[in-house]
Amino acid sequence: MAKTVHKGHSATTAKVSLLDRIKMALSLHKKNSVSTLLDILRQPANSLMTILVLAIALALPSAFYVFSQNAKAVSGSWNGGVQMALFLKDNTTEQATQELMQKLNLRPEFDQVTLVSKQQALEEFKSSSGFGDALEYLDDNPLPAMLVLTPSSEVATPSQAQVLVDELQQERIVDVAQMDMQWVQKYHAMLDMAQKIGSFVSILLAMAVLLIVGNTIRLAILNRREEIQVIKLVGATDGFIRRPFLYTGFWYGLIAALLAALMVNIVIAVLRGSASTLAELYSSGFSLMGLAPSHTLSLLAFGAGLGLIGAWISVNKHLRDIQPN
Amino acid sequence: MIEFHQVFKRYEGGHEALKGVSFALANGEMAFLTGHSGAGKSTLLKLIALMERPTRGQVILDGQNISQVKDRHIPYHRRKIGMIFQDHRLLFDRSVYDNVALPLVIAGVSDRDIPKRVRAALDKVGLLNKEKQLPIQLSGGEQQRVGIARAVVNKPPLLLADEPTGNLDPELSAEIMKLFEQFQQVGVSVLIASHDLGLIARMKHPVLTLKDGRTIRNELAEAEFDG
Repeated sequence: MAKTVHKGHSATTAKVSLLDRIKMALSLHKKNSVSTLLDILRQPANSLMTILVLAIALALPSAFYVFSQNAKAVSGSWNGGVQMALFLKDNTTEQATQELMQKLNLRPEFDQVTLVSKQQALEEFKSSSGFGDALEYLDDNPLPAMLVLTPSSEVATPSQAQVLVDELQQERIVDVAQMDMQWVQKYHAMLDMAQKIGSFVSILLAMAVLLIVGNTIRLAILNRREEIQVIKLVGATDGFIRRPFLYTGFWYGLIAALLAALMVNIVIAVLRGSASTLAELYSSGFSLMGLAPSHTLSLLAFGAGLGLIGAWISVNKHLRDIQPN
Repeated sequence: MIEFHQVFKRYEGGHEALKGVSFALANGEMAFLTGHSGAGKSTLLKLIALMERPTRGQVILDGQNISQVKDRHIPYHRRKIGMIFQDHRLLFDRSVYDNVALPLVIAGVSDRDIPKRVRAALDKVGLLNKEKQLPIQLSGGEQQRVGIARAVVNKPPLLLADEPTGNLDPELSAEIMKLFEQFQQVGVSVLIASHDLGLIARMKHPVLTLKDGRTIRNELAEAEFDG
């Protein structure tokens, strides 16, 4: 009996050569992809709403990503403005001060080390505070000598700078080591939190895309219920039936991603003017970045991929339920 | 071609549609399956096409026990069977040509071969001049002939028809039956479920009569028990 089974099987497949079958599979893919795309484009009223919702769901995380990239670029130049101050102990000798300066000058973490002596500190205080006259009544100069350090680009983050400050605090002649960068730390902390919230929201929106595509495909499948039954009866495999729906999901995702990229770039173009005005006010060379080509490509791949996966989930779930009767 | 060995079919609700049916349809034989509605005719055809699985007993098609056909191989099993329905089951948004081409497209026949095979099938049922029309523009008899062209286009060794003349007047019915005879004459096995007893009597082919899921008359060979 097994022999006859085998014979029967090869008899049906032998009609078509392997090359022909590959050619035919490719031509089916071509037909499916073109016809599903045309279906979407031919009935814009049906698909437009879905595609717009998908585009918005994809545009939000992309826009967020672009803005966080920009925010990082802004804070990237934070060490330009930040300095560290080492207040020296009152009884420090000239020699000890020079030794420390030399030591710090040799370290790659610092671009510049300048000494502000007790006398200089006093002059500066007099000229800038307006309380200069009050100091006349004191016997002594109460202000400490101070080393002002400018970190080099090796100190890239506030936490690295903080480690450095803590280390310098241990120096014998240093009374207090300070860093004027609390704002940078706060800014980074906020950025960090915003990024976490952004990732979370992005995951939710990606799930929304899956669900929207899945539901759209579900409706398409139910609409074509009878057709599916008929083609199952004439011997269609699940793969054959699945393919056009997968292409539909793919196109939905891809078109939505294209629209999303467009939306993000429009928003950036609108904001670019005001951003550069703002940057000028802070005398910063910063300019707003748009979606880089590589990011646009990833967005398209991401959108198309989500569309495909959403369709896949939906097709696998609903196709099984449709059996000919 | 087909053998039924003591086949039982009980549906989930408890309804017993077939109660021990046995028969054998030889290669190239044409036979009628008859009985009142609800006698089990449709269930019997569904078992052959694996739209249902028997509760008990064996169905052998072309030497193969089809209970061994796995679900994912059902499509390939169905490609060996041409099926014709009372309600035609055509795709109404596609042309006659596309409807007939469907089994070939599904089976992966090359684009080069499809047109001539579709036209050969349409020619056989006499609808060559209607290939561009939509099924809705055709009469009932013509729609049924499109269904037949679709069933034979892939040259299956077996044709199953479920009440193919149910909605047609006697003259058209006779034409459709003559068409089936032509396929039988070129070696195709044909099993037709019908309750049109007058028509069946005139055709002089073996008849299998079912009543309440049991065989009450079998002019076909008995299925041999080969273990």
